[in-house]
Amino acid sequence: MTNEINLTFPAKSINEGFARLVIMGFIAPLDPSSQELTEIKTVVSEAVTNAIIHGYESDENGVIDLKASLEGNKLRVTVSDRGRGIENVEEAKQPLFTTKADEERSGLGFMIMESFTDAFEVSSSVSQGTSITFEKVLLCDQSSDEGIAS
Amino acid sequence: MSITVSLHSENQVLFVNLSGELDHHTSGTLRNRLNEVMENSNIRHLVFNLKQLDFMDSSGIGIILGRYNQVKKDNGSVMVLGLRPLVKKTFEMSGLSQIIKIVDDEVEAAEIIRGIA
Ligand SMILES: Nc1ncnc2c1ncn2[C@@H]1O[C@H](COP(=O)(O)OP(=O)(O)OP(=O)(O)O)[C@@H](O)[C@H]1O
Ligand SMILES: [Mg+2]
Repeated sequence: MTNEINLTFPAKSINEGFARLVIMGFIAPLDPSSQELTEIKTVVSEAVTNAIIHGYESDENGVIDLKASLEGNKLRVTVSDRGRGIENVEEAKQPLFTTKADEERSGLGFMIMESFTDAFEVSSSVSQGTSITFEKVLLCDQSSDEGIAS
Repeated sequence: MSITVSLHSENQVLFVNLSGELDHHTSGTLRNRLNEVMENSNIRHLVFNLKQLDFMDSSGIGIILGRYNQVKKDNGSVMVLGLRPLVKKTFEMSGLSQIIKIVDDEVEAAEIIRGIA
């Protein structure tokens, strides 16, 4: 199956849940397992939240782009903002690194995104914005394919 | 997309029951409810029950860790139970399970607290 969507929405926190619903709906025809669903929802939530709180520093006039495509059972998602950007991406990706400890952020977002996906990439430039792309091959729920496993 | 917070306290222990979704959007509600109680009573330990939570991301971890930072100076503790497998994995990967204990149920939590107190 080949399909793609392109969605643009304002950087309001209410849209974190909306983005999760959209991505769930997009992959629903593949009948993903509940673990895959949770992983993908979490990664999208982390990326959209980062765009809102870091990229736009909670300025709701910011705009977020969510792109998703399916090629067979390979999902590819990009979340991008045109916010402040990241000075040092390698440093930002370190587990527990955060620039907003005062807002009770713990620096786990990138670690979660990396570990729940098959491929993960951040590209960012200061004052231009940040975009994260991930890929995940959906194996779906083999445990429910009765009769295949012995 | 909302969160339901139910709280009850016993001695110096605050039991926090969450249902719905805990993300950055809903985290403010939870933080306010917790602050309200913690400002007006002498809470030293918190036990988060996440069994009914349908979704949680790093915003939830941030809140839980934030409460730990509040109570640790009084030798307090924070425990969590009912974690979904992926949330548990995140706790373990990040090393947080070293300071925020993962327990099976409220009974175990109460026993551990009695040991500390
Ligand atoms: N879209 C973005 N725009 C600008 N800076 C970003 C963006 N995403 C991440 N960052 C920077 O990278 C750091 C690490 O991000 P990460 O998601 O790992 O942690 P966090 O958001 O600080 O905490 P947590 O995700 O655990 O709540 C952030 O503190 C921020 O400085
Ligand atoms: Mg983050």
